[in-house]
Amino acid sequence: MVGYVVRRLLWMVLVLWGVMTTTFFVARVIPADPVGAILGPQAPPEAIEREKERWGLNQPIYVQYARYIGGLLRGDLGVSLRTRRPVLSDILQFLPATVELALAALLIGVVMGVGLGVVSAVRSGHALDHGCRVFAIVGLSMPAFWLGLLLLLVFYYKLGWLPGPGQLPYWLPRPPRVTGFLFLDAILARDWEAFGSYLHHLIMPAFTLGWLSTAAITRITRSSMLEVLHEEYIKTARMKGLKERFVIMRHAFKNALLPVVTVIGIRLASLLEGAVLTETVFAWPGLGRYATHSFLSIDFNAVVGVAIFTAFLYASCNLIVDLLYAYLNPKIRYA
Amino acid sequence: MRGLTWAKVRRQLLRNPLTLTGSTIILALILTACIAPYIAPHDPFATNPIQKLLPPSQKHLMGTDGLGRDVLSRVLFGARISVWIAFLILLIAGTVGTTVGLVAGYVGGFWDNLLMRVTDIFMAFPQLILAMAVAAALGPSLTNVVLAISFGAWTVFARLARSRAIAVREEDYVEAAKAAGAGSLRILFVHVLPMVLSPVIIQGTLSMGGIILTAAGLGFLGFGAQPPSPEWGLMVSDGRNFMPHAWWVSTFPGLAIMLTVLGFNLLGDGIRDILDPRMR
Repeated sequence: MVGYVVRRLLWMVLVLWGVMTTTFFVARVIPADPVGAILGPQAPPEAIEREKERWGLNQPIYVQYARYIGGLLRGDLGVSLRTRRPVLSDILQFLPATVELALAALLIGVVMGVGLGVVSAVRSGHALDHGCRVFAIVGLSMPAFWLGLLLLLVFYYKLGWLPGPGQLPYWLPRPPRVTGFLFLDAILARDWEAFGSYLHHLIMPAFTLGWLSTAAITRITRSSMLEVLHEEYIKTARMKGLKERFVIMRHAFKNALLPVVTVIGIRLASLLEGAVLTETVFAWPGLGRYATHSFLSIDFNAVVGVAIFTAFLYASCNLIVDLLYAYLNPKIRYA
Repeated sequence: MRGLTWAKVRRQLLRNPLTLTGSTIILALILTACIAPYIAPHDPFATNPIQKLLPPSQKHLMGTDGLGRDVLSRVLFGARISVWIAFLILLIAGTVGTTVGLVAGYVGGFWDNLLMRVTDIFMAFPQLILAMAVAAALGPSLTNVVLAISFGAWTVFARLARSRAIAVREEDYVEAAKAAGAGSLRILFVHVLPMVLSPVIIQGTLSMGGIILTAAGLGFLGFGAQPPSPEWGLMVSDGRNFMPHAWWVSTFPGLAIMLTVLGFNLLGDGIRDILDPRMR
């Protein structure tokens, strides 16, 4: 097991190096003009030269690359051209909002996905099965940005049932920043008004993002349940005269769960991606919105930083899932 | 995936109402893309400030946008962009991926290892982030969206082609071709490639929905087509400015994206069922 973990960790480092190198060259070699984008088209050439020197852009690319790696090893992702702050502290500032959104979305996705999957499997081939499937596939086909806009239109503008974009209404001060997670900060400050309002604000973005995950989770739950339901011991349980509900929940569902856990882990990683679009629509102050703004202004340090950071999160999620799986299933460990 | 022929796939697809719906949507989309100029009631680019933000009516079935352009005509022309983008991406990603996979699987050894590790690295990227980085570096345009998405999309094809190529490599007829003195390239393209092609095409269908969604997302965020292009993602983004009142400007192009992706996903779901008989 230790050997397996070490191999996987080494491989992860290699992958991150590859991601970093790729984005570094994509962001710097490809002819876009980051300094021009920051200073504007009217900037005098001397100013551009000065700025280039300041950011080390006038040096040969391999020097820039070596410097960047040197910084990276010290945990330094460089300074953002746009915000003029270290990229890493920018990322850490915006990360909590995304994590909260992603976890809330995952909760919704898992509840809906597992529920629909179980119902689908139990009623396999019936109208209900098809209905669940269509619901899941429609969610998968929904452009997150459009679904978000429609929800805002109906539940905020027309019905007024839910609050609009953002995390809190403008007249509510944010509770003091302790953990960075608004959910926890509000609890720590015992600011129940902000807490309640935040949960209300979270509903629409979390649902938007959660529905996307439902399809994959429904699918795997359904197929895993179907497989288990065909097992002999289920027949035995039924013949013993156990109630159908009991057979399904206790005997079948528990054993169908392993592949579901894997898919949930993989979904968590891809939620980060969906967060980019959802955050833009809901003005959610998270990593996705930061990424969009940095990318649009060709803020190359931020671009590479965000890419490395997301690849790191992505790889970590996958690693944890794989380790969990290897732990639960010895066949993989020794492959 | 062995023994899976197009005839079998077709029979299965026509039996299932969901996949039948999916196929119908896709055919309608392709048809729309082909005949858009003949069925569009108005010029999709003709602005008319007096008629701006008109709600849906007999004259403008989907209303007009902020510049008085007919939304229906723009949605119809947008179909061409979506189909064209998706087709180009599949062509580029499919060709690159299949070539990499073929070489890796057939040659094996060091090259296999190297190529597959590179593939793994590209798979470690969240696709949208990678596409955003490339699109941002190249500058926003439709061509660059195609390149940006292809940059990450080829990996699936590489893995698939490799696994098929490894299986085919051991077949007797490849041995026979070798014995007859055929060169490596000839064997690769004449004997191995045809066997790899049909799973690659099936995978292409499965990837299509995601690709269109990513392209629309890039358009929405501002990395893709630029005004006045009737690209659907861009149109949704444009309509945000008029959102509470003129809901139709964003709603209809978004609906078009949803239906298109739904079509491909319904079809893909059916194909997955056929490949995985446990699901029945």
